[in-house]
Amino acid sequence: MSLLKEFSKGLWKENAVFKLMLGMCPVLAVTTSAENGLGMGLATTFVLVCSNSVVALLRKLIPAGVRIPAFIVIIASFVTVVQLAMEAWVYDLYQALGIFIPLIVVNCLILGRAEAFASKNPLIPALADGLGMGLGFTLGLFILGTLREFFGSGAILGVNLLGSSYHPMLLMILPPGAFITLGLLLALIKRVTARS
Amino acid sequence: MENQLYLSSSPHIHNGETTDQVMRKVIYALVPASLVSLYFFGLPALSVLLICTLGCMVFEALSCWLKKIPQTLADGSAALTGILLALNLPPSSPWWISLLGAAIAILIGKQVYGGLGHNPFNPALVARVVLLISFPVQMTNWTAPAPLTSGFDAVTTATPLGEMKTAVMLTGKLPALAQSGFSDYLLGNMGGCLGEVSALALLLGGVYLLYKKIISWHTPVAFIGTVLVLGGIFWAIAPEKYPSPLFHLVTGGLILGAFFMATDMVTSPVTTKGMLIFGCGCGLLTLLIRLFGGYPEGVSFAILLMNAATPLIDRFCRPKIYGQRPAKA
Repeated sequence: MSLLKEFSKGLWKENAVFKLMLGMCPVLAVTTSAENGLGMGLATTFVLVCSNSVVALLRKLIPAGVRIPAFIVIIASFVTVVQLAMEAWVYDLYQALGIFIPLIVVNCLILGRAEAFASKNPLIPALADGLGMGLGFTLGLFILGTLREFFGSGAILGVNLLGSSYHPMLLMILPPGAFITLGLLLALIKRVTARS
Repeated sequence: MENQLYLSSSPHIHNGETTDQVMRKVIYALVPASLVSLYFFGLPALSVLLICTLGCMVFEALSCWLKKIPQTLADGSAALTGILLALNLPPSSPWWISLLGAAIAILIGKQVYGGLGHNPFNPALVARVVLLISFPVQMTNWTAPAPLTSGFDAVTTATPLGEMKTAVMLTGKLPALAQSGFSDYLLGNMGGCLGEVSALALLLGGVYLLYKKIISWHTPVAFIGTVLVLGGIFWAIAPEKYPSPLFHLVTGGLILGAFFMATDMVTSPVTTKGMLIFGCGCGLLTLLIRLFGGYPEGVSFAILLMNAATPLIDRFCRPKIYGQRPAKA
């Protein structure tokens, strides 16, 4: 029962993008399309699940004084795995995400979960927590990427929806578009949740 | 009235002027420039003006209705934003650009911050910059002025500043047009946004605002003065590469920006010292963008950047509190 709760809290109640505002750098930088957002989200989820598990397993072995460097080494190992895997199998996405793949190491969501949850809980809850948080993060990136791609390119997941008569609003796939979209989205969520 | 504009520390004497009277006078001041644009660009300019102004008023009413607050349409600020936006668009703008611009100006530029008096950036300029970045093709499609008698529907052309930037980039030299034709520029006989074309009509409006004490001389003089002095220095160093200060003055949106945008009471400093700093900053940024930036015209970017610095300038120029003595160290 509580396992389900550990999993589901990351999806909405403590959603990394919309509620905790963690990991804003990739959220704003790579969500120029739904595909990029999804790819980044899933890569982060993989790293988060793996690092949470290993940190939970090693939590009694890691001395408190050096725990942050230890967490970073664990996270960096899995980021390297993801980077090499993406370069091998999804090269286009690897090129599109660029520097932001190695930067998953410094995503504060991952370190935050290692510090706040995985280092204090056994393997199975840590796994559920990582999976929920990761999927919630992916959801946030996917929504943001979908909206920006729709207005900025007239397409979703590369499929042109609005036809050639639509003039794409370039600003939406440039950095200011990320801030404006996220701001309006947060305001909308506040409005909806404040009412209920 | 909920949204009063407080310009200095108390005690105050109210001069009896209300927000809607101020807005109405600024609108009057823009009439000559609007008429000149109608003369040179004809019906397309009229449709841009109408869509922007009516669009801004509709979005203002809509957001008041959504926020369940009393209507603020009567204060005239939305209509003024619409006119300023129209003067910042090219005459060939399609209807959807004007309408989208009105929505961005009112909803994102103004109402999300809480309406008139709370917006950190000039709403019309926010909309212009969003449109310029989003739709570079449509926003730089200039039509040559075709007075109603000429017989052509529209002839495309480049703005003097745009042509200068391209020529300097390609050949490293100024084109011929940057050395002559100043009387055409002064009257407005050139390509450009609705409100960029006639320096003379804009100056007329600016002088009216100064006479009515809606704006003080500090911001426009500092703004234009900085452009002239720095432009003059560059011109003196390399006259074959940099245009003369007079060319800077009469082309592009310098006069429109200096008199009508940089003096916006909401988004510029309240003290005279602050206004001088604000104007100098605008002038410096405008000149740097015009001479070295990627865009041919930098007035709108310069004003928006200085809008962002306004709270800092106000803090720096805080007036001495009456009766307070400086602390002895």
